[in-house]
Amino acid sequence: MKTGIKSIGAYLPYHYMTRTTLAAAWGGKKGIGEKSIADVDEDSVTMAVEAAMGCFRFIKREDVNALYFASTTGVYAEKSHSALISVACDLDDAETFTTDFASSTRAGTNALKSAMDSAAANNKTNVLVVASDMRNGFPKSAEESGFGDGAAAVVVGSGEGLIAEVDYFTSINEEINDYWRNACEKYTRHAEGRFCDEEGYLLQVNKVLKKLFNETGLKASDFNKVILVAQKQKLRDKVIKKNNFTAEQTADTLLLNVGDTGAAQGILGLVNTIENSAAGDRILLVDYGNGANAFVLTVTENITKLGAKGQITQYLNNRKELTSYAKFLSWRGIAAAEPGGAFKLPASTSQIWREQNINIRLHGSVCKKCGAALFPINRICDNCGSKDEYNEFRFSDNVCKLYTFTVDHYAGRSDDPLIIQAVAEAGNGCRIYSIMTDFEVDEVYSGMNVEFTFRKMHELGDFPNYFWKFRPLRREKV
Amino acid sequence: MSYFPDGFKDELAIIGMGCTKYGELWDTGLDDLIIDAAFEAFEDAGIGPKDIQACFFGNTNAPNNCSGTPVTDALKIHGIPVTRNENWCTAGHIALINACLAVKSGMCDIAMAIGAEKLKDKGAGGMGVGRGLNPVRETRRNAPGSFALIAERYFQKYGLTYEEGKRTIAKISVKNHYNGSLTPRAHFHNILTLDQVMNAPLIASPLGLFDCCGTSDGGACAIITRASIAKKLRADPIYIKGFGCSTDMVLPHYRSREFDWTSFEAMRNCAGMAYEMAGIKNPREEIDLAEVHDCFSITELCIYEDFGFSPRGGAPRDIEEGFFERTGGLPVNVDGGLKCFGHPVGASGIRMTYEVYKQLQGKVDNPARQLKNVTRGLSQTFGGPPQIAACMIIGNEKG
Repeated sequence: MKTGIKSIGAYLPYHYMTRTTLAAAWGGKKGIGEKSIADVDEDSVTMAVEAAMGCFRFIKREDVNALYFASTTGVYAEKSHSALISVACDLDDAETFTTDFASSTRAGTNALKSAMDSAAANNKTNVLVVASDMRNGFPKSAEESGFGDGAAAVVVGSGEGLIAEVDYFTSINEEINDYWRNACEKYTRHAEGRFCDEEGYLLQVNKVLKKLFNETGLKASDFNKVILVAQKQKLRDKVIKKNNFTAEQTADTLLLNVGDTGAAQGILGLVNTIENSAAGDRILLVDYGNGANAFVLTVTENITKLGAKGQITQYLNNRKELTSYAKFLSWRGIAAAEPGGAFKLPASTSQIWREQNINIRLHGSVCKKCGAALFPINRICDNCGSKDEYNEFRFSDNVCKLYTFTVDHYAGRSDDPLIIQAVAEAGNGCRIYSIMTDFEVDEVYSGMNVEFTFRKMHELGDFPNYFWKFRPLRREKV
Repeated sequence: MSYFPDGFKDELAIIGMGCTKYGELWDTGLDDLIIDAAFEAFEDAGIGPKDIQACFFGNTNAPNNCSGTPVTDALKIHGIPVTRNENWCTAGHIALINACLAVKSGMCDIAMAIGAEKLKDKGAGGMGVGRGLNPVRETRRNAPGSFALIAERYFQKYGLTYEEGKRTIAKISVKNHYNGSLTPRAHFHNILTLDQVMNAPLIASPLGLFDCCGTSDGGACAIITRASIAKKLRADPIYIKGFGCSTDMVLPHYRSREFDWTSFEAMRNCAGMAYEMAGIKNPREEIDLAEVHDCFSITELCIYEDFGFSPRGGAPRDIEEGFFERTGGLPVNVDGGLKCFGHPVGASGIRMTYEVYKQLQGKVDNPARQLKNVTRGLSQTFGGPPQIAACMIIGNEKG
């Protein structure tokens, strides 16, 4: 039975910085393109949740029974990220196998390969593979400029409803220190440039392509789209030339406008390519990182169900330039700005665990007797007084209308001072208080549509504490 | 719901009160505030600390859940019931109410309510960021932002532009600053112009710096007894006509039923309870002065309407016409209010009552600000918003 892709999703942060701004920060002149930058309240987990939510456009949550998370920049060295992302996605704990893929920038497509194997072994299995990364290069380095933040997700399964079928997979392994980051370090290191390029990327990618062509009998001209993950466009173009691919075949992994998204680049390139494909297109995907993975996929007639819902274009068209290099450094904790006042908040591992359906799943309650909707989950209905007579209700994919708000100048961080305190009303009449993120202060008004986005609120208690904020529509369309 | 069906009005009286200077009192401790407020009240009542039979302490910010010990340590009134309440901004009123209940119940003859707060020992300005009982849901909520949500809704509901709305509430700040300029113990004494208020830096839109009250150190104290005893101790006791208290849910931000952020059940019911006890039918006419919870300018506007001083939606017009100025039909916050006198949270309800008490006795500290012909006044605090409201109505005559 064929395995393949059943759904796709992606996420690109709201902020980007031009490489000219990055160059100018160190007295340089011009740079090309833009680097995508996660907001101060985002991390690999929150971006993964966003990308995963994109997948629920084409597959029901109930049909997903595994979640694989891939990243080199997880927030924990010890503790599952996929378990947290699965709960934020509101997947069923009793029905979902979760695991993490880490360390290698090839982790995203390694997870994809494992998902294919799982789907091939069991025709009821649908695996949500989500890759997310936000690496740091040393200040002033080529990596700082080249790296970008983002996430992408695919659901892998078998049988009916495949958007793209996976026809072939092959890979090679290679032990080499070309790019690496030691445990607990912040910045990616690299060996001498020509060694990295020639014995690392070029040698390994060309080798896996040769292996693929030999094993399948396919040749360069048999592909409509060729996705080559690369740290640099220049290196990718050398592979294109050597293997007789054309510029028309070459698919965009968003190096120019987003950057090298590390473990996410392969899946992001795949999602971007599928979003711009027609039925019958044959896709070649090659990912790199201590060896290389190569996939051959064919887009099916089901591609039409995507309609005009290209998420990557949608996110790229709704971004804001970050012009302050100082702010970028502070957001990354590289040169952190003055801390604000202490929070008057309790931090509690037991309460966060106990209330995860509220805080992580964003569940409220709907009274079985009178239908009144409440957030958070309330045991006693505030409308009819019924006790323990409710169904839980997920608000995270609801579009709400802003009911009242204020632009608060004193509640934020010193490097992100404006906070919008907001109350918004969901379609079922329930009001929810939260704060807003990724807004333009002059474009906020009572009555506007807002969606929920999963964000890091603070790190009290020595662990990241997550909740949902409001945001002007980026993921959802009305 | 009816409280005290067998009667309450005029059975109790205040026989002594004290109030410290308010402000950033870096050289004054919580014990100093308690001693200074209490001993002014003892002297005023003509009694001593050993005459107190029960004491109720309003305080929200003392470290480490201190119970009543700051009071027993400072005044050495140990060995009797001394308890602390921390009902946010209403803690002072709750202490007053508890003292009334202790005497009314027959538990004792003389009870003391005291509120004191050392906000300036917290090490930061304002009241801090992060609210509620949950680690994540109200991470960045603070006081100005919470009350600003009310202003946005009020402007929307009554069709005021941002400029019109901001100008309306700015007039409340101008009034209270003028009143505060006449009040020796107030935190601030600067007179503000409308332009200064309008152009001040924004704190939480539409509220600017001068729409927000000060966070101050201060203390205040009241001694309560039976009316029958009061008359023997002084010629001009002030009688307690009624009080009110009402609490909303802790999650009003999530309420959608019967809640539109411009009117608050806690305030309406608190007012209704007190008016019923005091036999007040038309507060706009029957109350001669009021000290209300102007933590933010918009809050005072909402109180005008929820306490029946103004018709619903009519507060902007009354503000425009100067109805709440010291020369108006119902002077409000003639000592400068929280805005200008200052807001040491747990003391404020008692400080407000102190002002009304002194006005009713004709004994305010600056004759230039003494109101004429006043017989009945109201003090009121509001915590949240909009979880809890409390108030007290007092008068210088029986009946």
